[in-house]
Amino acid sequence: MSREALTGSRIRERRIILGCKQADLARQIGISASYLNLIEHNRRKIGGKLLLDIAARLKVDASTLTERAEIALIASLREAAHGTGVSSEELDRVEEFVARFPSWANLLAVSNQKIFGLEQMIATLNDRITHDPQLAASVHEVLSTAASIRSTASILVEDKKLEPHWRDKFHANIDSDSRRLAASSKALVGFLDVDSGEAAISSSPQEEVEAFLAANDYCFPEIEAGRIKPADEIINASNLTSISARQIAESFLEKIVADSAQVKMSHLLAQLEVLGPDLVQLASKFQVSLPCIMRRLASVPRLGMGLVTADRSGALLFRKSIPGFTIPRYGAACPLWPLFQVMGQAGHIISKRIQISRHTDTVFQCFAAAELIGSSVVNSAPLTEATMLIVPVASGQIDPTILTEEMGSSCRICSRRNCMGRREPSILGEEF
Amino acid sequence: MDKHVLLIEDEVNIIEALRFLLSREGWTVDTHSDGASAVEKIRNIRPNLVILDYMLPGKNGLDILTELREDPSFLTLPILMLTARGQMRDREQAEKAGVSRFMTKPFSNTEVITAVRDLVQLAK
Repeated sequence: MSREALTGSRIRERRIILGCKQADLARQIGISASYLNLIEHNRRKIGGKLLLDIAARLKVDASTLTERAEIALIASLREAAHGTGVSSEELDRVEEFVARFPSWANLLAVSNQKIFGLEQMIATLNDRITHDPQLAASVHEVLSTAASIRSTASILVEDKKLEPHWRDKFHANIDSDSRRLAASSKALVGFLDVDSGEAAISSSPQEEVEAFLAANDYCFPEIEAGRIKPADEIINASNLTSISARQIAESFLEKIVADSAQVKMSHLLAQLEVLGPDLVQLASKFQVSLPCIMRRLASVPRLGMGLVTADRSGALLFRKSIPGFTIPRYGAACPLWPLFQVMGQAGHIISKRIQISRHTDTVFQCFAAAELIGSSVVNSAPLTEATMLIVPVASGQIDPTILTEEMGSSCRICSRRNCMGRREPSILGEEF
Repeated sequence: MDKHVLLIEDEVNIIEALRFLLSREGWTVDTHSDGASAVEKIRNIRPNLVILDYMLPGKNGLDILTELREDPSFLTLPILMLTARGQMRDREQAEKAGVSRFMTKPFSNTEVITAVRDLVQLAK
């Protein structure tokens, strides 16, 4: 069946879409219903004035009924069928398939395109993991340095009569290698777990939103001032591609609008000068929840504070990492975080001094509080959302008398020994 | 059999540790750090044993191994490969190319010395 012969099918499809009965259309254009039926089933050729009359009645351009609109779709289906064992007889009927079942045909073509896209993404990720030169070089560096340290340390331990000059030399080698190992392992972990700009692949709506927020430094002064509406900001955001991402982002921006209505940025900064970063006093001053104050503080770029929120299931809803405190992109976070300790205790606040790794000097003061979400429902436990503000402590302000607890980012990249909260072995090894 | 080993490795501290260990075992140790000229070096000094790193500047250890085994005079030369690439595929490729022993980093000194002794015994 030729594509030209499919004009009848398009007439039928258009008529049905308009809810017009075959007999009514036939009467309007002055032909019998049986003749129109033959046309619609591609058994009579159609053109000239009759085609123009039908097109006018169906409120479309005549060319729409006759043009080869399905060419791209047919090509897509032929591509989908390529190498899949579809017989040539069936392949020859692809145009008929498109004409008779245009929606199914379109669904098949779109699905095929999605599969192709997913296959490409898998291939890209697989290639990155197995052949990425930076990853391979980093792993090689770590293992080679570890080999050198192990071999040299064994000599020092096992050879009790080692000459002093050799002993000094090997001590110096271990010192230089251990420094190299610290640097290379840090680089490796960073490569594996931190967003790496354009190399990062946004595979979920939440990641799209995080990329969008990071690009704006988590700060939207125009929205806070009411000069731009969240919906308009979303429309103009080229890095929000999926509908889900746009919805999540709009919801986040609406929360900013609500928060800024209660705590204006200029007022917050003024009170910070007076009260300092005392969350309880600030929340009391503005008569808002602690998480609201945390969100406002985290949106001030110059303060350099991180923020993470989680729902009752432990899923991370929002992540703003800061240098030295990486919030995992994949998998669950450290269960020792105060974030999870306050879950279910709305109004309660926990403040802890945290060191993410014993191998770094960076210390953070973390504040966590939970709040109820939505209104109360009889016989239904209220939903809660926990928020944790991450405040870096300057090295000169670390008070050694205050207890600093060692916690991780996620088990995968945490070397904490004998941890009751460990879910999986670390890629670093517990004694790394 | 003479005890002359060529250590092809680009990590300076690994070279020092292995040189110390092998010297203590009575081996004369030559070292070389460039992959591109490694085969030429072997042809020149004709060692009794080669310890070969995999990832080297200029040419990787697998290519060096393959080139050596294509030369009939090096068909039986004991070659111990030390590598940070420990995947099964890497091991299979090296074995297919004719490696005598394949060992992954980080290695223990005892393992290396034992492997060297075994390879020497087999070559006799």
